[in-house]
Amino acid sequence: MTDETISISIDGRDVEAKPGQTILRAADEAGIYIPRLCFHPDLPPGGHCRICTVKVHGRYMSACTSPVAEGLVVENDTDEVNEQRRRIIEMLFVEGNHYCPSCEASGACELQALGYRLGLLAPTLPYLRKVNAVDATHPDVYIDRDRCILCGRCVRASRVVDRKSAFGFEGRGIRNRLAVDADGGLGETPLAATDKAAGICPTGCLTLKRRGYRVPVGQRPYDRAPIGAGAQDVPSQGE
Amino acid sequence: MGEDHARIIDATTERFGKDRGRLIDIARALQGELGHLSEETIGRIAGALDMHRVEVRDAVSFYSFFSREPTGKTVIRLCNGVVERMMGADEVARAFEEAVGARFGETEPGQSISMVYTPCIGLSDQAPSALVNKTPLTRLRRDDVPGIVEAVREGRDVSDLPQTEIKLNLHKTGPVICARLERGVAIRAAVNRSPADVINEINRARLRGRGGAGFPTAMKWDYCRRAGGDRHFVICNADEGEPGTFKDRVLLTGFADLVFEGMTVAAYAVGAREGFLYLRGEYEHLLGHLEEVLRKRRHLGLLGENICGCEGFSFDVRIQVGAGAYVCGEESALIESLEGRRGAPRDRPPFPVQSGYQGEPTSVNNVETLCCAARIMVEGAEWFARFGTKDSTGTKLLSVSGDCARPGVYEVEFGASVAKVLDMVGGADARGVQVGGPSGRCLGPRDYGRSISFDDVSTGGSFMVFGPQRDVLRMMYEFTEFFAEESCGWCAPCRVGMTLLVRQFEKILNGKGTRADQAALERLAVTVKNMSRCGLGQTGANPILTSLRNFPELYDARLRSEEFIAPFDLAEALREGRQITGRKPPLEGTHA
Repeated sequence: MTDETISISIDGRDVEAKPGQTILRAADEAGIYIPRLCFHPDLPPGGHCRICTVKVHGRYMSACTSPVAEGLVVENDTDEVNEQRRRIIEMLFVEGNHYCPSCEASGACELQALGYRLGLLAPTLPYLRKVNAVDATHPDVYIDRDRCILCGRCVRASRVVDRKSAFGFEGRGIRNRLAVDADGGLGETPLAATDKAAGICPTGCLTLKRRGYRVPVGQRPYDRAPIGAGAQDVPSQGE
Repeated sequence: MGEDHARIIDATTERFGKDRGRLIDIARALQGELGHLSEETIGRIAGALDMHRVEVRDAVSFYSFFSREPTGKTVIRLCNGVVERMMGADEVARAFEEAVGARFGETEPGQSISMVYTPCIGLSDQAPSALVNKTPLTRLRRDDVPGIVEAVREGRDVSDLPQTEIKLNLHKTGPVICARLERGVAIRAAVNRSPADVINEINRARLRGRGGAGFPTAMKWDYCRRAGGDRHFVICNADEGEPGTFKDRVLLTGFADLVFEGMTVAAYAVGAREGFLYLRGEYEHLLGHLEEVLRKRRHLGLLGENICGCEGFSFDVRIQVGAGAYVCGEESALIESLEGRRGAPRDRPPFPVQSGYQGEPTSVNNVETLCCAARIMVEGAEWFARFGTKDSTGTKLLSVSGDCARPGVYEVEFGASVAKVLDMVGGADARGVQVGGPSGRCLGPRDYGRSISFDDVSTGGSFMVFGPQRDVLRMMYEFTEFFAEESCGWCAPCRVGMTLLVRQFEKILNGKGTRADQAALERLAVTVKNMSRCGLGQTGANPILTSLRNFPELYDARLRSEEFIAPFDLAEALREGRQITGRKPPLEGTHA
């Protein structure tokens, strides 16, 4: 059964997929880029950001969670889908407080890179101006919640890979926030700088202390090539 | 933490077998006893259940019935839903604030009474309504309030108050649902056939789910029956949270046996030994009655081992009480909650019939669907399919509220026109009707000829009538606020998008919107609908989208002709800076 393949089409290209594979994984193997943000290849999908949403037979679904099936016709790189992805990126920008020019992650930030790739020139939506606490209690890791997009990568990584559950969510709706497994701050959790969770943030929310600007601005991954231009690389911090 | 507190927490976790799956029950009990769930309490619960503190916090911070800050011994939850406000809830709110000496959202200085607003509590037919702890008060008038507050202050039992009367308000009974059924008849009819034949009978009746989506019930049961796994489960979804819906309240009050009869038939069909009835937290006042009905049924051999003498058919039901979260009506969110976590919907597939409660095949059915299934067992598929239309067989319970002469529950055949329903309830002069609740659609008079059915105007049962004096867009705005409040926050388009829709809609309602603002509102609404993860986000923009389509003239009347109006007041925004620098305000007529 292992050599059985499923035929689907993505943007008019025929793609051979494996049974049980998601649309996003099948696309990656075929070298077709589906924009994504909360997805990480080493983690189970989260389904938070919805950037990887594609249109399948007229219905919208997230490519990171939807399994392939014989004969699926997937619309990915279309104006209609990309416009809505851009609007979600814009929502994330106005939900947080993202000061790209002074952010350590600039040039390696997947949110910023997707904004560029999807043609987000300037926000048209009103800023929500939430007030978010910084947590600097950990000796090696900062949390700057102004830059948190609630993608849940650190939550999943800490639970599934590090087996520490140092992170979680708290609250509901627009008051949802990143929480830590302690009464006080992150410093009370067993998180280590070498943990998967500490280096997996797609933005500048979780950053490692004493590592700032090792790679000069201008030489960072997305300074050189747009996100998704080559392999579906996911840079981690400090590289 | 005092030793008393520690003892209470330990005793409570012990009582629920230190089972993390019962976290919602544990949190409910402790919220009741301690008045709030402090960080210390959360830490102690986590220790007892061998969980991470952040996991406990994640779950309990999700539900509106749990508070992280101390609350009074008595919590007054006044419903401020759309219909309730139409019926005078604002006036009642002011009276409560005067009598208690605190504002809504606050605890009074003496710490004995807290007051909060809450969305629909399933009593829109007798609005305004409130919950005093778990006891409902109905048809409130401002003059009632001082007496109620006095009773609370004196520590009297509020259930003795005259305002606690809940009318059944079942104004039209039909042949299918609201008819008497002798206990056990449907189960006997089921166990005389094979499970496959039971499903076949339901299939021939063409029964579709009554929660609104209309999925064929037989197909759901069949998937569940055929799915592998040692244990199968049946869940009755009584998390009736769609604003303006209260038909399940009537079914659970007047026809509880029929509901459990249907659950038992479903259990037989899918091969389940255990079932749950997930009762919304606002309906806790029905719990005693339901437990009593369950007790009687166990006594009669209609639950338990070898039911109705059918060798090997065992089934029982546990009632899970929710804690205030609309999204738990979504079946996978309901299962998450039942397992003791926050009610965030799951990614699908897999569907609950493949992997539901505890990862086992689970059939989640609406209260009304189960009632229909029981009736079909007794009367047969042909009889059932005689009612309604070809693709929407049987009858539907409508929860009618708002500006009409006789609000209440009506059992109508599918295919009835909106106009016919309006005539029946005494609301023929309606300016608009919200069918299916906020997640449904707002119809105007030119659509009153359309019919209540899965193929035309589909509804879980909510039917809100807006009279000629009502500002329909204001209602749509409040519905949008409701969804923003109830969004679980898991996915970006719903979490951020619903809040942005509220802002954008507000600008238009306040007479500061332009054509461009209306276009932006629509684009945003379409993205929230298309890109959201679950039904809440996918329908949360419907109040905006359906009113844009059906009431364009109401928007036109509010839009301004300017090209652009800033979303903020520039002079006001600069005021503080001017004061600090001592600069004069700009001359009148200039732009800054």
